[in-house]
Amino acid sequence: MPTQPVVAASPAELKNLTFDAALEARIADVITHYPTKRAALLPVLWLCQERYGWIAPGVMEAVAVRLDESPAFVEGVVTFYTMYYTRPPARFVLQVCETLSCAVCGGRELVHHLEQRLGIRPGEKTADGEFQLVGVQCLGACGSAPVIQINDDYYESLTTATLDALLDELKGGA
Amino acid sequence: MEPVLLRARGKADSRALATYLAAGGYEGLKKALAMTPEAVTQEVIASELRGRGGAGFPTGRKWTFVPKDHPGPRYLICNADESEPGTFKDRELIEHDPHMLLEGIAIASFAIKANTAYIYIRGEFVRWAQILETAIAEARERGLIGKNAMGSGYDVDIWVHRGAGAYICGEETALIESLEGKRGFPRLKPPFPAVVGVFGKPTVVNNVETLACVPHIITRGAAWFASIGRPRNTGPKMYCVSGHVARPGVYELPLGVTFREIIEKHCGGMRKGSTLKAFFPGGSSAPIMTAAEIDVRADFDACAEAGTMLGSGGVIVLDQSVDIVEAAANLAHFYAHESCGQCTPCREGSDWAMDILDRIAAGHGRAGDPDALLRICRFASQGMTICPLGDAFALPISSMVKKFRDEFDRRIAAASPLPQKKLPVLPWAGPRSGFGE
Repeated sequence: MPTQPVVAASPAELKNLTFDAALEARIADVITHYPTKRAALLPVLWLCQERYGWIAPGVMEAVAVRLDESPAFVEGVVTFYTMYYTRPPARFVLQVCETLSCAVCGGRELVHHLEQRLGIRPGEKTADGEFQLVGVQCLGACGSAPVIQINDDYYESLTTATLDALLDELKGGA
Repeated sequence: MEPVLLRARGKADSRALATYLAAGGYEGLKKALAMTPEAVTQEVIASELRGRGGAGFPTGRKWTFVPKDHPGPRYLICNADESEPGTFKDRELIEHDPHMLLEGIAIASFAIKANTAYIYIRGEFVRWAQILETAIAEARERGLIGKNAMGSGYDVDIWVHRGAGAYICGEETALIESLEGKRGFPRLKPPFPAVVGVFGKPTVVNNVETLACVPHIITRGAAWFASIGRPRNTGPKMYCVSGHVARPGVYELPLGVTFREIIEKHCGGMRKGSTLKAFFPGGSSAPIMTAAEIDVRADFDACAEAGTMLGSGGVIVLDQSVDIVEAAANLAHFYAHESCGQCTPCREGSDWAMDILDRIAAGHGRAGDPDALLRICRFASQGMTICPLGDAFALPISSMVKKFRDEFDRRIAAASPLPQKKLPVLPWAGPRSGFGE
């Protein structure tokens, strides 16, 4: 299956949020895995990110209400971890591994290449909202360096040529 | 050596339950369920299996620390957080043989009398979490796990719990906090998780590779397992080799092979045009080794004797093109990013070391910098922090400064002073500034 784009809901949609029945059913199920409601916080945030594309303040509040936590506690957890997006991401988030094995095996060149091609710096989005470049720490696939994670998928042993082909495909497949 | 943990790699449909059963899968669980939990633990103690996550603690002994008279519930956690730079073995295992891991989890849960097990997998491994979910559903449907597992009257539920991107959650107490739905802040020990763990209950946390060894110990016996490797360093080990070797990847070899054998024989030597300069023996948190130390044995005790550690078995091989100052700066960025921020020596130390290393790498080093780095590292290690992340950044950086001091000195000798920053300073208003009048 090709990498699915992130579809981020607009901030306005996520104000005064209530979960729909399908999402509520999944949340209710995940809570049964744990003896406390709080333990379901990370999985519930994942479900919300999958559904809305990112964790807006309104999502944090709705999650807090659902799990009987304070919004401040939920925000503290969301911001501790790096993978919850607190701002709407681009459709494809290019997460380039920057740690040692990738860095010495061509990772740095990939970052330079992406900066040139997309005209953005790490942390920025392209103007059309298609790509976002993020430098991340070790992705745990050092044997096939350099590695890029795009949304949920790993792309390994990349060269600038295969990366170019991949970006064309992602953009064309949209 | 015939592959044990990686026996399914390269086989067709290796992930399917049918394939695993055809290869004698779940026989170990069947055998274990007919034994007493104490006998299972005893077998694992006799095998001398040591934890593969990094610390190398004897697994069977860890299980015995769970209080016998505790009313329960007890929990088993499989640590699949795998975030140590240079380590990529757990992913390989899950990808090719998820049922081997599930069987190991079920046996270990039975041994410590836990009815619930969690697999804490790193957030980035979305696809591998899905593989595990599928495998769990298959095994549950067949009645191998779940209520009344294999008709034995023993219940075990296994749940997959995804992290969300934090290196620190590979540390067992941080992992427990994270599983409870909090920030991943490591806890003070004691109490150890075996006594007060997740949800305040006795908990054992074991690495994926450790648990995958357990079914083999039960089916083939402790003596067979102990016959692989060297005394006190027994069993097969998955070595992850990355960097400038001809064939990087995961290699399953008996504990106690030398790094020379791993690099030269199994990985096909260095890449064309590369000569070995240095390597990390067990993930980036282990002290670096020079090319002269290649004949050290890759096991727990031999690495400790050589002043480093086997850690997770992630061998990062660096060739002559790598600048050690830049490599140190790269790792300092990693640790500064991943420090959870609880303890001052680690939070400030990793950040400060990163600033100094970046400055040296940018050509503005100062004469006192290497000693300042060593001082920062000394202050962040040796029990000055709650968890070992302090040591994890201090050991590699101090070892790089010590073993490659000449590279640091050369950079510093050629350095120019840091250009003066123009800070916005308000003009001196005189003693009568107008405040408080």
